[in-house]
Amino acid sequence: MDTIQSIEKAFEFARFQNRAALMPYFTIGYPDLLTSLAIVQAIAESGADLIELGIPFSDPLADGPTIQHSTQVALQNGVTLETCLRFVEQLRQKGVTIPLLLMGYYNPIFSYGEERFVQLASGNGAQGVIIPDLPPEEAGELRRACERVGLAMVHLVAPTTPQQRIRFIAERSRGFLYVVSVTGVTGARQSLPPQLLDFIQEVRSVTSLPLALGFGVSTPEQAATYGHYVDGVIVGSALIDVVRRSEHPLQEAAAFIQAMHKALENGRSL
Amino acid sequence: MTERTKFGTFGGQYVPEVLMPALTELEVAYQQAFTDPTFLKEFEHLLRTYVGRPTPLTFAKRLSDHCGGARIYLKREDLAHSGAHKINNALGQALLAKRMGKQRVIAETGAGQHGVATATAAALLGLECVIYMGEVDMERQKPNVLRMNLLGAEVRPVTSGSRTLKDAINEAIRDWVTNVRNTHYLLGSALGPYPYPQMVRDFQAVIGTEARQQTLDQAGVLPSAVIACVGGGSNAIGIFSAFLQDQDVRLIGVEAGGGGIESGRHASRFADPHRGRLGVLHGTMTYVLQDEYGQIAETHSVSAGLDYPAVGPQHAFLRSIGRAEYTYATDAEALEAFQLLARLEGVLPALESAHAIAEAVKQAPRYTAGQVLLVNLSGRGDKDLDTVLQALSKNESSNQNGRSSDGHHPKH
Repeated sequence: MDTIQSIEKAFEFARFQNRAALMPYFTIGYPDLLTSLAIVQAIAESGADLIELGIPFSDPLADGPTIQHSTQVALQNGVTLETCLRFVEQLRQKGVTIPLLLMGYYNPIFSYGEERFVQLASGNGAQGVIIPDLPPEEAGELRRACERVGLAMVHLVAPTTPQQRIRFIAERSRGFLYVVSVTGVTGARQSLPPQLLDFIQEVRSVTSLPLALGFGVSTPEQAATYGHYVDGVIVGSALIDVVRRSEHPLQEAAAFIQAMHKALENGRSL
Repeated sequence: MTERTKFGTFGGQYVPEVLMPALTELEVAYQQAFTDPTFLKEFEHLLRTYVGRPTPLTFAKRLSDHCGGARIYLKREDLAHSGAHKINNALGQALLAKRMGKQRVIAETGAGQHGVATATAAALLGLECVIYMGEVDMERQKPNVLRMNLLGAEVRPVTSGSRTLKDAINEAIRDWVTNVRNTHYLLGSALGPYPYPQMVRDFQAVIGTEARQQTLDQAGVLPSAVIACVGGGSNAIGIFSAFLQDQDVRLIGVEAGGGGIESGRHASRFADPHRGRLGVLHGTMTYVLQDEYGQIAETHSVSAGLDYPAVGPQHAFLRSIGRAEYTYATDAEALEAFQLLARLEGVLPALESAHAIAEAVKQAPRYTAGQVLLVNLSGRGDKDLDTVLQALSKNESSNQNGRSSDGHHPKH
């Protein structure tokens, strides 16, 4: 499967259905490895269009308490970068076909070897990588490695990013552009900043890449509201909160994703 | 190609995108400030009239006699206002924060010295100040927590991870990511993303500039070696920077050897062949203590200020080109040096600085009385009394033979 194309297709498919794509984030190995595998499989079958798989790191400095907690538990469970690469393979063996993106901090990938990581990620069936502490200026080698195997390297823009820099970043991002909704760390928020729509419009004006909105989107209502203006909605901390609080994490994670999906469908027809 | 953000392959800007514009803003402000005579004048004025610079250079005669060999000179940063070299950088960056129109400063602290320095500078310049400090460090550096409170700073305990300096930096970065528009992150060491390592070095360079001239004036020669402890490495880079062109002057950085390298409980990034590897932590590419999967390792040192898994990128660079060398002193050696300096010179060094003293004691016999060792005494030891007393009572109960207590240890 051509990897970047499959990401583009996922966005096209959602657009065809007149809604934004739904892209849940989940931490590999939380609350344990087998459960996380089952959860990701369940959300893939419950309306997710693409999935971000979190690689745990000891010092997740762009993450709020929820994802920090989940990655810490995953590390205690012995999850390594190799575990994460196998995780992708296992999902494919279980018949998950939607695009999968590995998301994690740079040091474990650097330590493992960028070329080796990219080869295995692609070979095992991943379509993209997102590294929040690797701005395009530092991503040269990894980007070249990704391009050789057709893996999408997705970059992020933030509300503090000036317009010229948004253009610079968008030109280097593949598959889609990750639009950080808040000036802050990851985590569920009651409301998103009032200037967000202006920011989204500014980003839209300089790139034709699909835009996926993440950091802070936590309820179906928020997804419905902002799904109007972007091509994809990312939900991470809120999903992990559901799993953390639940005695039936599989069912409730699936139900939460179904509700998000439905909200995106309804949102478009408002 | 050498990029402007790097020393060779070390350094760079490995940070979340939210912070990239703030780093650019800081870079511009830092470069303009260092070419603006008004700014430099104000900074120098504060260093002279508030910090008490120049700090003296002290000939440690009894320590030199005790070691036999080189004459040992101490650069007395412990006599700077607030008790350590940290104030130089804190004042410089606080002035810069004001210049950028940021009314709030945040900082991390390990030993508490940088927290105290930042709180001091913030009080002087009327800035709001929040200090992040690991819970473990708050316990072992209680007097400094009190000081920061009295200076009007809010000290926020950090309970994640190892609850020490590394985690305090994580938390400070999270605050900065959230409040970047009105907040300056007053990073305390020659670490982190560009322009911090360069900027902190430049604010600390006054140590080396003074010490080089003072050594020439008082000893009549350049030092044979300059010795400084290295956590992140700001006091070391500050004193080294004046001697980089003096090829005959050895530059020796001393890392925290903790319980010994083989014990695994230390903070020696360069000395540990397995876990000390090139990596990225807190925005910079440098030597980092990490496990085989790239997870950052827990570190240990009796001195909170050296208890950190990454080293400033310029140190990694100086080592790679052979201009500086790096060694370590263990907890036990630092404690012994602490007592030695107290008894022979009437100076209680910070436990961090005691690591440099320990190395000077090892080096001195290799030189002659015509030669000079310059040691950066980066801070004073009052904050460490609890730690030292605890460690000593532990030693006493575990060491039945006892040790000679008059400070005249037999030489190795």
